[in-house]
Amino acid sequence: MATVLKTQDLQAGYLLLTPYGERAILAVNGVNIEIFHEEIYGIAGESGSGKTTLLKTLFGEVEVPLRVLGGKVYYSFGNEFVDALLLKEEEKRRIRWRYISYIPQGSMSVFNPVKRIHSTFLDFLKSHVEGKVQEELFELVKKHVSALGLPTKVLSAYPHQLSGGMKQRLAIALATILNPKVILADEPTTALDVVAQRAAIQLLKDIQREYRNTIVIVTHDMGIHAHMTHRLAIMYAGRIVEEGPTSVILDQPLHPYTQYLIGSLPTIGDKTFRDSVPGAPPSFLDLPPGCAFHPRCPQVFSVCKTQTPELVNVDERRKAACWLWMERG
Amino acid sequence: MSVLLEVDRLTKVYSLGNFLSRLKIVAVDNVSFSVKPAEVFTLAGESGCGKTTTARLILGFEYPTSGVIRYRGKEVEGLQGKKWWFKEVQAVFQNPFETFNPLKKVESYFFATVYNYDLADSKRAERFIDEKLQAVGLSLQEIWGKRPGELSGGQLQRASIARALLTNPSLLIADEPVSMVDASLRMSIVNLLRKLCDTFGLSVIYITHDLATAYYISNRVAIMFRGTVVEMGPAEILVHPKHPYTKLLLQSILMPKPKEEKEEKRVSVFEEEEEYLQKGCKFVLRCPEAMEVCEREAPCDLFEGETMVKCHLYR
Repeated sequence: MATVLKTQDLQAGYLLLTPYGERAILAVNGVNIEIFHEEIYGIAGESGSGKTTLLKTLFGEVEVPLRVLGGKVYYSFGNEFVDALLLKEEEKRRIRWRYISYIPQGSMSVFNPVKRIHSTFLDFLKSHVEGKVQEELFELVKKHVSALGLPTKVLSAYPHQLSGGMKQRLAIALATILNPKVILADEPTTALDVVAQRAAIQLLKDIQREYRNTIVIVTHDMGIHAHMTHRLAIMYAGRIVEEGPTSVILDQPLHPYTQYLIGSLPTIGDKTFRDSVPGAPPSFLDLPPGCAFHPRCPQVFSVCKTQTPELVNVDERRKAACWLWMERG
Repeated sequence: MSVLLEVDRLTKVYSLGNFLSRLKIVAVDNVSFSVKPAEVFTLAGESGCGKTTTARLILGFEYPTSGVIRYRGKEVEGLQGKKWWFKEVQAVFQNPFETFNPLKKVESYFFATVYNYDLADSKRAERFIDEKLQAVGLSLQEIWGKRPGELSGGQLQRASIARALLTNPSLLIADEPVSMVDASLRMSIVNLLRKLCDTFGLSVIYITHDLATAYYISNRVAIMFRGTVVEMGPAEILVHPKHPYTKLLLQSILMPKPKEEKEEKRVSVFEEEEEYLQKGCKFVLRCPEAMEVCEREAPCDLFEGETMVKCHLYR
């Protein structure tokens, strides 16, 4: 399997000015991931666990106040790896949307509210495709939209005339029109109801099947991960605490945090009591020492309070960062 | 059994467009249901099905075009703005970050409510507020001096439930209270609503599109589609759904245990307007079991015991 994207000890975050000098807030703390060709890779975790910061850094969109404080992000072109964070602005523009594309959070509001949908599409194409006249570009838009099974008549509507689900699907269409190899999607289904959610997921899966690209999807909804991702990473307080094939993680979660995440989901036909994770997610300003999850963990023991566990292989396919699964020597 | 709130043939019509081409959208169409004391009643459906409009009509934020709302047997029209109404009926909304002004401290809302409604004098106010916050698993100390941005979404949503409880209401209207809250904290809010109902005898109208949590906490459920209630009954109707729309909603849920699903089900989506203007049964465009009569005639309510279904299939 060919790698398309990987990170090495990535640390990204924000610098805070305090009376005692600068303080780094590490929203992404030592993340090592490797994503393969034609794979759908999921990242799950609570709000404020650093998922969005990680995705932005993967896209190479590092703008103040966000900073990369260490580590590397590599894209693979053919056989060589390119450091995405050292690319010049011009090179970035060249590879964006063609090689890698990004569906940001709340992307259903990307459309200009006073212009018709197709003008946003055309504006986008004009700045990324050279040597084509307006009519050709318009044909391209129509072809792409109908290939994705969306009605072409919505292109002449204004954003406020469409439902949230339709706008979200059009935003996905916009991000994939140049057939990118890697699609980064940040919470593409929040604020949508069940039916629209299903339709958006269906669309992303269809795109992946049709164009054989790689998708990295960030969401806290385990149902979505269960339905589309091949591999899953669980993030907690800026670190990946568990990684492995989605079906295995859902069946037998290793980390106590993952166990809570999965165990708290209600199912129809079963009214037994379900509890959510006790306590509140930690603040990056004041992370607990040792394993960041230890104040909420039901299986905590002494070492958890002082030392941070590394992400290590538990078996061939699975990794976990938890002292329960470390060989204590 | 007595009835706390009764909604009788409630209708709300919005008109769109200019005077040359006027469109009438019946956002709430002849909706009738009742809420008993100490029960969780769920209104479920996709976005744009009229569930929030129904809640706004009950709260008195909008006026119904026709139909009557009765609270403890009394018609409420004209009373909804009054203080006693908001002492009895309180609401919690979707986004807790929008509920509170980001520049104000959270506790100021609690004191304002206490003084506005004369719930306690200034000496006892703090203890009174703390009691309510304890009921939702917070304390006054935890939120003291904090602005909404300094609390997590789950904490803030619990704080807004505590604020609603200050007046000792008999009915709480919770409009999508968990859809903006993280999945991991969602259950704490849902469990809290159930607990309030069981221990304090509070009735809750729970509005959601998440049928899994709806089944988990509700006594009774009503499924809404494009302004009409298509199926209503005990929570068990979600286990044995009758109306094709309820079946579709249940199939759309992305269950975390996908292996139970043999083949991938696909959904088709129509724009709201198209379906609102549909004659006959509004679900006919998407219904896998549509018959010829469905396009002509709107189905009427068919009762069987406690359940109601609005579908030609069961005539």
